[in-house]
Amino acid sequence: MTTRIDTRFAELKKQGRSAFVTYVMAGDPDLTTSLNIVKALPKAGADVIELGIPFTDPMADGPSIQAAGLRALKIGTTLKKTLELVRDFRKDDDVTPLVLMGYYNPIYIYGVDKFLADAKTSGVDGLIIVDLPPEEDDELCIPALKAGLNFIRLATPTTDDKRLPAVLANTSGFVYYVSIAGITGAAAADANAVGEAVARIKRHTKLPICVGFGIRTPEAARAIAEKADGSVVGTALVDALKNSLDAEGRATAKTVNAVAELTAALAQGVKGARQAAE
Amino acid sequence: MNIAKPNSYRSGPDERGHFGIFGGRFVAETLMPLILDLEKAYTAAKADPAFQAEMNGYLKNYVGRPSPLYFAERLTEHLGGAKIYLKREELNHTGSHKVNNVLGQIMLARRMGKKRIIAETGAGQHGVATATLCARFGLECVVYMGAVDVERQQPNVIRMEMLGAKVFPVQSGTRTLKDAMNEALRDWVTNVHNTFYCIGTVAGPHPYPTLVRDFQSIIGNETKAQMQEVEGRLPDSLVACIGGGSNAMGLFHPFLDDSSVEIFGVEAAGHGLTQLHAASIAGGRPGVLHGNRTYLLMDADGQIQDAHSISAGLDYPGIGPEHSWLHEVGRVNYLSATDDEALAAFQLLSKLEGIIPALEPAHAIAKVMELAPKRPKDHLMVVNLSGRGDKDVPQVGDILRGKSK
Repeated sequence: MTTRIDTRFAELKKQGRSAFVTYVMAGDPDLTTSLNIVKALPKAGADVIELGIPFTDPMADGPSIQAAGLRALKIGTTLKKTLELVRDFRKDDDVTPLVLMGYYNPIYIYGVDKFLADAKTSGVDGLIIVDLPPEEDDELCIPALKAGLNFIRLATPTTDDKRLPAVLANTSGFVYYVSIAGITGAAAADANAVGEAVARIKRHTKLPICVGFGIRTPEAARAIAEKADGSVVGTALVDALKNSLDAEGRATAKTVNAVAELTAALAQGVKGARQAAE
Repeated sequence: MNIAKPNSYRSGPDERGHFGIFGGRFVAETLMPLILDLEKAYTAAKADPAFQAEMNGYLKNYVGRPSPLYFAERLTEHLGGAKIYLKREELNHTGSHKVNNVLGQIMLARRMGKKRIIAETGAGQHGVATATLCARFGLECVVYMGAVDVERQQPNVIRMEMLGAKVFPVQSGTRTLKDAMNEALRDWVTNVHNTFYCIGTVAGPHPYPTLVRDFQSIIGNETKAQMQEVEGRLPDSLVACIGGGSNAMGLFHPFLDDSSVEIFGVEAAGHGLTQLHAASIAGGRPGVLHGNRTYLLMDADGQIQDAHSISAGLDYPGIGPEHSWLHEVGRVNYLSATDDEALAAFQLLSKLEGIIPALEPAHAIAKVMELAPKRPKDHLMVVNLSGRGDKDVPQVGDILRGKSK
């Protein structure tokens, strides 16, 4: 099975550059604006899109992404509407990889088999589910792989060499290295520590390694891009979106552009990176 | 529901932390290595007689155990049925059953070399117990408490601060116990290298539901021995309130295989089960939150719903996974009591027995008021009086004065 994720990372490897991965929350601040933002991301330089599934209790997220989830829920975003958003995005874009990221409960309640079938037909390529460690692989990871979706696992600073093989065993698409012990948007990642961690994980896998949590600026994105196969930016984009809203939290004429402009600047940072030696 | 009856109700969980389909380890990867370490440390501690001996010393001389099993003569006369005994957990140091579990976890944290302790709290009883033992053992203590609960349980906030703990009012989400738990998990993920998360109830990722249950089982074990001493036999029924369900699990677990013993758990029905409430079994269904699969209050999309209870300690949209399993296999009957019923029971016990209960066990008393009159006079009923009501005096006083006007 080859997904759009596999194809995209193979292309980038040929071009000799690191991927730029963007995270936004589905339905933030409303479904139409959210679709327009997702459509604008590839044009602004995003290589891979992570789309957040809103959840009331996001225990690994900082205040910015918590608030984004609550904005999305307030206007009635559901998992079904999130999948419809992906389907609408796919009408114009059949190449940009799209990964859903979130927590297990909305998927569990939707029904795992139905979710996987609907996600596949909507054009989802992979899943990142924060609260499903390898110990719970029977729940969703194994069924997702069978359904032809990548299951992208998080590796963290606490994942030592002894545990890494278990974490990597059923991982596909790419490995998401969480650069800090902490929640999204909290601390800045240290590029040197990240470089060492990426090298350590590379000894265990041939999969691309993307790094996220704590990357906010084009400079930081460039520094990480020199050490890893991709860098993920989420909170900074969500903050740019939030700052463009009106006093009632509704989208304005500036909202889509605010996210697209920051995406373009970050993408420039990533593209300016010297690629790490293989 | 069609579920096979097990040979024993006391053998769970399996090695992956499952009670039937419930339980498990649904946490971020950052926490997984620590949870596996905790499981190892707990297994080693359980097998170490020195650990048990040290615990027993503190339980006797610091906590004040065993807690009495008291015959509530006037309540029994008033209700005119079953003979009612109160298990006096409210007489423990810090005023509730919470200290039994906290002592065990703090001893584990010390064995694991952790110097910083975090906890979530609803009513503040678990926070106070944690702050107390951190003071006793010279550990840093941070307590997360929903901003709404900080407001309605001021006496406990003041106590925690006097004991040297830092109390963080949590402003996210519904600003109650569920959000305090989210925030504690976020702290833990961030400070995983030096921090021990002292969970206050039989919930969370494996091994927490098991180790909290084991530390609380002293309640049921003492009850069994005390009842044997005064009545020469087993009780006929047990009643306890349930938020997460640690006081109930502690009382119930030693009796689960005694088939003659009827067991009742009492959830908080808030304004009533058709309105805002906190009764996860009566009004919820299985889902995944805070590290485990269990009955939860949620909407059709799997979004967690606001719970409501007059009692901050029961104001949680979930329940411990072992309770979910005991419900599905039918060993425990889960009932619920409304805010108004709990308030009436609070007043009745205060006036008849001179014991002001916390609002949490007042829910259990409320159901005793229904169950006891229907049972014969030789029926022995044990209620877990899990906490004392000092912390609720200002809140209940306000409500009663408001009502009398």
